[in-house]
Amino acid sequence: MKSKKFTFHVDLDMFTPASAEDKEYMVQMRESSTFFKDGVKRLYKNKVAFVSFIIILIIALSSIILPSFWPYSYESQLGVHPGRPVDASYNNLKPFEYGRTEQAQIENGEKVFPHIFGTDSAGRDYFIRVIYGTRVSLAVGLFASIIVLIIGTVIGSISGYFGGKVDLIIMRIVDIIYSLPDMLMVILLSAVFKMTLTPVIAGTALESIGANIISLFIVFALLYWVSMSRLIRGQILSLREQEYVLSARATGAKGKWIITKHLIPNCISVVIISAALQIPSAIFTESYLSFLGLGVNAPMPSLGSLASEALNGLSSYPYRLVIPAIVISLIVLSLNLFGDGLRDAFDPKLNS
Amino acid sequence: MNTKTLLYIGKRVLLAIFTVWVVITVTFFVMHAVPGGPFVGEKATTPAVQAAMEAKYGLDKPIMEQYGTYLKDIVTKFDFGPSLKQRGRQVIDIIFDGMKTSLKLGLIAAALSAIFGIVLGAIAALRRNKLVDRIIMVITTAFVSMPSFIMGSLLLALFAIKLRALPANGSTPEGLILPIITLALYPMAYITRLTRSSMLDVLGQDYIRTARAKGVSGPRIIFGHAMKNSLIPVLTYFGPMLAYIVTGSLVVEQIFAVPGIGRLFVSSITNRDYPMIMGTTIILAALIVIMNLVTDILYKVVDPRITFE
Repeated sequence: MKSKKFTFHVDLDMFTPASAEDKEYMVQMRESSTFFKDGVKRLYKNKVAFVSFIIILIIALSSIILPSFWPYSYESQLGVHPGRPVDASYNNLKPFEYGRTEQAQIENGEKVFPHIFGTDSAGRDYFIRVIYGTRVSLAVGLFASIIVLIIGTVIGSISGYFGGKVDLIIMRIVDIIYSLPDMLMVILLSAVFKMTLTPVIAGTALESIGANIISLFIVFALLYWVSMSRLIRGQILSLREQEYVLSARATGAKGKWIITKHLIPNCISVVIISAALQIPSAIFTESYLSFLGLGVNAPMPSLGSLASEALNGLSSYPYRLVIPAIVISLIVLSLNLFGDGLRDAFDPKLNS
Repeated sequence: MNTKTLLYIGKRVLLAIFTVWVVITVTFFVMHAVPGGPFVGEKATTPAVQAAMEAKYGLDKPIMEQYGTYLKDIVTKFDFGPSLKQRGRQVIDIIFDGMKTSLKLGLIAAALSAIFGIVLGAIAALRRNKLVDRIIMVITTAFVSMPSFIMGSLLLALFAIKLRALPANGSTPEGLILPIITLALYPMAYITRLTRSSMLDVLGQDYIRTARAKGVSGPRIIFGHAMKNSLIPVLTYFGPMLAYIVTGSLVVEQIFAVPGIGRLFVSSITNRDYPMIMGTTIILAALIVIMNLVTDILYKVVDPRITFE
């Protein structure tokens, strides 16, 4: 049938059933992709985020694995042996130098594990202190952001789900906490908790963690959940009204299906991304407090306290400052870049 | 100014006052919850002496009464009580002394970071994806991810100890150069990035194209047309910037031994000088809250496109 462009005659050929050939044309040859797979693919393509991820992985793994077989520990003073006078030759060693007894061992043909970054003023191997300090900083960042994630999610979803008066009251509290100057409050509260907690936890299992770290966690739990809960509340409020939820409901989906297949997958990426971006800020805060002397308890090192200790011998041993400085900047930078990459990959809506 | 604007401003002012009150209350009760009391570390205190001291500072009264007096003194006389460790001096006098240095430090740092940040950001936006832009972005990314105490210590190591170009001690005027640079670098980097992205946004607008089509010269487009609108997001950063400078000055003054309010705050925590801790917290917090309030209002007044809720 010849096509007549300007008539309303229906082209009947268009309404014949599709042949097997036509149907084959419509079959998708590639595997069906999920949201998660798509995200990973996008993340993999993002070179900056990928490199940052590798850096974080290397730093995290070495801080977990290395201390378990390293011949030195972060707290043992190499020059101090019970029953013998302190061997001061171990203090303030330069990188790859050895103490007096180690020198003797080497001359006898024995092998001595090198002090890669030398030792600090108390004769402790500096390399393992940096590694251990990295571990402490990373752990504090991770736990603090998990605490924030849990509290923020619970309060945010209560606020978004119940709405009304509950929502109003919670959001006013959020507003007030939000307008408090956070760093000042963190310093004040951790100073106070430190004084209050130290006698309370003495002798318990918590003592090894230290009053400062616990007070840091409490402060995070008290102050930093607000932005997370705001985010979750906003997500829940907006997702509830989305068209696809309506269409799912219209086609007969039940509450459970909607929650597991629509609300959680659409919410979770935003939540995880902001939790990931919380880690560097927690690490930042911890190192800041440690630098002011309100962080981890000696002899446990953290990157901030290492930098602050290094200030005393700055003119002779500048590398003792530079090393933790590089590590901390590298961690914060790559976590931020990786978090941004995660956001771009898993939540393209946010960026546009 | 219509009624809506005034209503918004009134609401914000009330919230700010309420926030300052919350800070005062939290600080007061938190400091009084610390076990041991302020005179524990003192040498040679018999119970009688301690009781006399507590009576002198009004610490023997019930806590609600102490709180009432404290609040009333702040509101009516701007009086934060006497310092416990620097005998015979009022907290507010000590704070004002420290404030003179800190304000100089903070204001110069803020001005420098605003000027350099805006200029660098504009350059980066105009040379987008060229070498200059790349270099500026890499450097600012590095600065943004470096904590202030690391930055300060590194500058100290490099300029004061290695090169011996600048003094490390911040109690002289030249000594303030390094602390100012330390404080200014982070906000500068941040403002650069902010200006760049908002400038790029503005340069894509229709009215810029119209100006170009009319034959307006490049610099005039930037300074006459684009600059004004692209600075609005930058304006919102001034509140957070002040907060950053205040908290940054705590460590920076520590590193360079600047006799400012930040150093006072930290030393009052280690000394357990309770009225000093409360006084500095409250004043610094009030400063930040007021600055945030001003930026918020200014932002909405400057940009008529923003509607008031």
